Amino acid sequence: MENKNKLIAAANNLRYEIGENLHDYVIESIYEEASDIASKSVKNNGKTDKFNLDAKIDKIVTSRAWGIPIMLFLLATVFWLTIEGSNVPSAFIASILVESLHPLLRDFVGITLGMPWWFTGVLIDGAYLAMAWVVSVMLPPMAIFFPLFTLLEDFGYLPRVAFNMDNAFRKAGAHGKQALTMSMGFGCNAAGVIAARIIDSPRERLLAIITNNFSLCNGRWPTQILISTIFIGALAPPYLAGIISAGAVVTVALLGIGFSLLLSWSLSKTVLRGEVSTFSLELPPYRPPLFFRTLYTSLIDRTLFVLWRAVIFAVPAGVVIWLTGNIEIGGVSIAEHFILAADPWAIFFGLNGVILLAYIIAIPANEIVIPTILMLTVMATKVAEVGSGAGVMFELDSVSETSAILTAGGWTTLTGINLMLFSLLHNPCSTTIYTIYKETGSVKWTAVATIIPLLLGFIICFFVAQFWRLLS
Amino acid sequence: MTENLKASACDVCEVNNRASLKRMGLNIEKFDFIVALAGNPNTGKSTVFNALTGLRQHTGNWPGKTVARAEGGFEYNDKMFKIVDLPGTYSLLSTSTDEEIARNFILFGKPDVTVIVADATRLERNLNLVLQVLEITDKAVLCVNLIDEAERHNVEIDIRSLSKELGIPVVAASARSNKGISELLNAVFQVVTGNFICKPKRISKLSGKVSKAIRSLTTMIENEYPGVPNPRWIALRLLEGDQRIIDAIKSGEIIELTGSNPQAVV
Repeated sequence: MENKNKLIAAANNLRYEIGENLHDYVIESIYEEASDIASKSVKNNGKTDKFNLDAKIDKIVTSRAWGIPIMLFLLATVFWLTIEGSNVPSAFIASILVESLHPLLRDFVGITLGMPWWFTGVLIDGAYLAMAWVVSVMLPPMAIFFPLFTLLEDFGYLPRVAFNMDNAFRKAGAHGKQALTMSMGFGCNAAGVIAARIIDSPRERLLAIITNNFSLCNGRWPTQILISTIFIGALAPPYLAGIISAGAVVTVALLGIGFSLLLSWSLSKTVLRGEVSTFSLELPPYRPPLFFRTLYTSLIDRTLFVLWRAVIFAVPAGVVIWLTGNIEIGGVSIAEHFILAADPWAIFFGLNGVILLAYIIAIPANEIVIPTILMLTVMATKVAEVGSGAGVMFELDSVSETSAILTAGGWTTLTGINLMLFSLLHNPCSTTIYTIYKETGSVKWTAVATIIPLLLGFIICFFVAQFWRLLS
Repeated sequence: MTENLKASACDVCEVNNRASLKRMGLNIEKFDFIVALAGNPNTGKSTVFNALTGLRQHTGNWPGKTVARAEGGFEYNDKMFKIVDLPGTYSLLSTSTDEEIARNFILFGKPDVTVIVADATRLERNLNLVLQVLEITDKAVLCVNLIDEAERHNVEIDIRSLSKELGIPVVAASARSNKGISELLNAVFQVVTGNFICKPKRISKLSGKVSKAIRSLTTMIENEYPGVPNPRWIALRLLEGDQRIIDAIKSGEIIELTGSNPQAVV
């Protein structure tokens, strides 16, 4: 014990003798040594075109005038390809898993095995259908979106996005690297929150963590894409529908970036005041992506990984949905009780009871919001020709049928727009909340990161609804 | 130095090495050696990691992709290796979480060898980190990755002279296309089995006053913790007032370092 303290005391004394700038001094000597060794073993045989080509590309994609438009164009192209490409395979998978397999499984468990109706209900109409729905709605867009996104990433484009956004984030009082963690959030918010570790300053790291939820994550892209196709795309003539829908999704994503900046700015002006740290961002060389390997790894790592997560969460959620639709109190199911009670004030916000209930059931994973909404809508409106009983998710083989159901459920363009906004602005999923808690170690900041987006969601939806009703 | 590695033609023979590498993926319950994977951001650490373990950790062309430790395993020459992919950092001297994860693992995780992955096209900057790692640990291998890209840029790297300067095995590689992985495995094996004794380069260009202070603290540390593998580095950190190291001394965590790593610093 004594020796330990002596050692530390000796170190303190010596530090005092040497002076304060030892840290810089050591770093300088390391740099000197490194440059020495490099000069002995590295031979640079003249500059080549490759370097110049990189510099030339960077001059354009990171320029003041073209940086942001190019970024928007690339994003919009990726969404457009995703929207246009996933309709047909979605319908195909749904026809197999839902239309053909579901009745077969139902008959097998209910009739062949002779199980009671509630057992068949929970297992087949609840768990299985939820899973089938998630696979058919999510697999095709993800299988297109992720490889495209990964190709951009492999090529080296993401750091350029950060470079373009850096200034905006610094003006908001946040760290420029927050642009990178934000980009990670477009894949998964939990991953984005962990990625905030690259930020040194605790203040700026907290800003990055709290605002990451404003990056649309892949659990929410399908919601955005589907609702945009149904409600926004339908407003445009058919040949423009795809582009308009993609534009709407880009707008929501940009709105997310805007909120990210706005909240960073207000927090850094109030509770999280402090200096902005400087850093150097290295722009890696452009590399031609290894096409097939990228395709393979993005399918395995991202698409199947995310899909698997969605399925794991969808199965219990399916059970919950079925139960809320079938457990009755006073002749009315729990779900309907909730929807009826929530409807009046939800509609005040331009939403409806179904959406609120769906977001409560879907707290574990945003992926299952759409299937839940559809099922609840059918149940609440008692649309006769679709579905096969309360709490049963049903077959839908096209976007237009989905559209028909939602319209029957009283949905308007306003509901669609507000659902897109609410999908952007609501509490993070349970995984992300847990990750935020683990990363910050603070209940307070976890609560802030959870509640602020939800409040913002209600406020924004309210104003949009009032404005909309004023105009129409 | 590199002669040690090229003991016989068979040792570096591609076929021979492939046959003795068995990728174990996540199966890392038992292992003989721990390998740490360090390096600057975006130098291809995760690609090297994947090439060795057969895992498919997500890789991407941007700095700062790996923020947490990833672990995997492989078997080589009948020995089991656990490999830990550390977050990429530019230095080990600041206080950000990712740098601390990397530094603490190299120090307290007691890896049997630290593989430093460097970008051949930006070698000078990467050497800063290499030198910092060599201040902490004796057993290291430098993997000069992206060598094909450097060649395209007409950058020529003298691997042998680099190895001589740094005092550790140096391997040129292009992990993306699996080039140089066999040589890397061999170098790792030579270091962990003690066939190659590293004589790592230490910072020598320090002023008299600083050197003297370091020397006197180093002696104190050696007396207090006989067998600690890196007294000089600890002395330097203490002089800088590094709280993590001060805490490690106060809590006695530093004593654990003296255990399984009996090799003293030259």
